[in-house]
Amino acid sequence: MFAIIRKDLLLELRTKETLTSLLLLGLLTLLVLSFAFEPGSDVRVEAAPGALWVAVVFAGVLGLSRSFLAERENECLQGLLLCPVDRGSIYLGKTAANFLFMTAAQVVVLPIFVFFFNLTVTTAFGGIILTMLLGMFGFSAVGTLFAAIAVRTRAREVMLPLLMIPLVVPLFIGGVTVTHKLLIGKGLDEVSQWLNLMLGFDVIFLVVGWLVFEYAVED
Amino acid sequence: MGESNGKTLLGNLIAALAGATMLAAVYMVFVYVPTDSAQGIVQRVFYFHVPIAIMTFLAFGVVAIASAMFLWKGTRTWDRLAHSSGEVGMLFCSLVLITGPILAKPIWWTWWTWDARLTTALILCLIYAAYLMMRTVTTTGEQGARYAAILGIVGAVDIPIINRSVYWWRTIHPAVLVTREGGSGLSDPRMQATLGVCFAAFFLLYVWLVWVRDENARLQDALEDLRQRVLGSR
Repeated sequence: MFAIIRKDLLLELRTKETLTSLLLLGLLTLLVLSFAFEPGSDVRVEAAPGALWVAVVFAGVLGLSRSFLAERENECLQGLLLCPVDRGSIYLGKTAANFLFMTAAQVVVLPIFVFFFNLTVTTAFGGIILTMLLGMFGFSAVGTLFAAIAVRTRAREVMLPLLMIPLVVPLFIGGVTVTHKLLIGKGLDEVSQWLNLMLGFDVIFLVVGWLVFEYAVED
Repeated sequence: MGESNGKTLLGNLIAALAGATMLAAVYMVFVYVPTDSAQGIVQRVFYFHVPIAIMTFLAFGVVAIASAMFLWKGTRTWDRLAHSSGEVGMLFCSLVLITGPILAKPIWWTWWTWDARLTTALILCLIYAAYLMMRTVTTTGEQGARYAAILGIVGAVDIPIINRSVYWWRTIHPAVLVTREGGSGLSDPRMQATLGVCFAAFFLLYVWLVWVRDENARLQDALEDLRQRVLGSR
């Protein structure tokens, strides 16, 4: 499992393809959404959580669909499957690597989000970062499973968002709600039910993914 | 041939039963049942709307169970059942989303509200649209069946969580409209009888449609096998 994380990270460090595209897509989404709302109006603060999470989802879907594209070239996935390890471990390794990429991209996107939407940095951002970590982990857990599937279908670029977006609705609603509440100055205890829901989602789909990944990759 | 004749007979029997109860249901909805005093004539749509909605959940429940059985046992029978139930479920889900607004506009004064049940039904529809699409974009039927089964299971696990999240989402933004219709308004025994008959009618319709679709898929598989054999022997 750690070998797979290491392999993916190493590949990324050498090429920097995924990270760059994740980052740019995240930024472009924020840019487009900034144009969509009147600058300086109150609507901007109301719309900010939505904009942030749309950026996370779009960048996430793109990054995830890339994660198995590299494996597909030169039959790398076959090589991985021939390794004497449990298929579940491959899934866990890929999920962890995808999660790390998404997190790395958000490290840059989040400050720029604050900058564009003219937000005041408060202690609430600790909670927002926690929520984003929970959200991105769930995206990786669901997305890694379906990326493995989508990459082997004919319409792979379209298939992944089609499969993923309806399934991650709870994370999206949770993320937007928590971010909004924290931005208007509510405490962490008021959003704990959402954080629990997101954590539950992450755990459940990590287990489901780990169990069924085998069927997604076998021939 | 004896077995296949018996099956045809059973299929015809289900069809006849479904047809008869459906006629009875239509009669009861349009003629027998009294008009609801508060909601007016449009409330009659309710007798179709609610059974179809419940049958949608039943259909997707069958998809999930059959998908799990398919991954476990690997027999085509389970996959055919999942596929057939998924298609019929999609039809019913679309009907729910069509009859819902017809009912909602005069009663709630809006076509759509982001109520928990409505939102869940919509997301359900989207998940199973992807489920059916999965069958058409894969290279082999075997692969498509397996991928669809994974989505069938994941979707079923996801539905309660989605429902919870959209429910909380709406309770946080207070709903302007009364979002609960429930069966509480059906005080008249004739209304309850009508709803009961409609449930039976749509249940039988579901069983019959799945039956026909399943037979169709079985024949397709048999034809494919024959074709393979003929091509192989040449």
